[in-house]
Amino acid sequence: MIQWILFFSLILLTFSILVTIYRLVKGPTAPDRVQALDALGINLIAGVAVFSVYLRSTAFFEVILLIGILSFIGTIAFARFVERGVVIERKQSD
Amino acid sequence: MKELNDVILRTVAKVAVVIILTFSINLFISGHHRPGGGFIGGLAFVAAIVLLFLVYDIEKVQKNIPIDFKVLAAIGVLISVFTGVGGMIKGKPFLSQVFGHVNLPVFGQTEMATAVLFDVGVALAVIGTSLTIIMSIGDDR
Repeated sequence: MIQWILFFSLILLTFSILVTIYRLVKGPTAPDRVQALDALGINLIAGVAVFSVYLRSTAFFEVILLIGILSFIGTIAFARFVERGVVIERKQSD
Repeated sequence: MKELNDVILRTVAKVAVVIILTFSINLFISGHHRPGGGFIGGLAFVAAIVLLFLVYDIEKVQKNIPIDFKVLAAIGVLISVFTGVGGMIKGKPFLSQVFGHVNLPVFGQTEMATAVLFDVGVALAVIGTSLTIIMSIGDDR
């Protein structure tokens, strides 16, 4: 029973990732794409977590942490680029 | 218009950088039998430094970490090559390694391998190369 629930939730997460990829490609403005990329990372984390429950294994927890870190840094970098036009500053003005 | 400030980002980054550095060391240590190793550990270390670059600026980070990363990459490659050559002195092939079990005071019976020294070189090379690339092309000059 729980195997079928996990399998069904994996299918739903895959569908959710596909819809997010549509928004990532189509998205009219840059903030739409940034939010789509962040949601894509979160969906990937959820998929890996459900998959590790499905396999009853703890081998993928480092993958979850690594995707979380990279998604966090990527979102911050894109947000800075959208808001200020520059990602890494040589010297801060303040 | 209000002045831009990023106090939330700075407060989060002060905690997150410590977590990412700890995780990179964990990845580096677990690399002999489990997923991980010098390459991915170095990349996680670079992720923490990039987060510092994003939150603060290049000059402030370089003032607090006074290391020339090009020299660091060269030192890493030298360490890797010399640990590879070291086995050739005793007639073994290039990059051959030995390991043994050592009784450490706190950890108990621990497996020590010479491949860790090679991994240190790989990690230093990856950190130096990645940070040199990021600081060269990510600059706003």
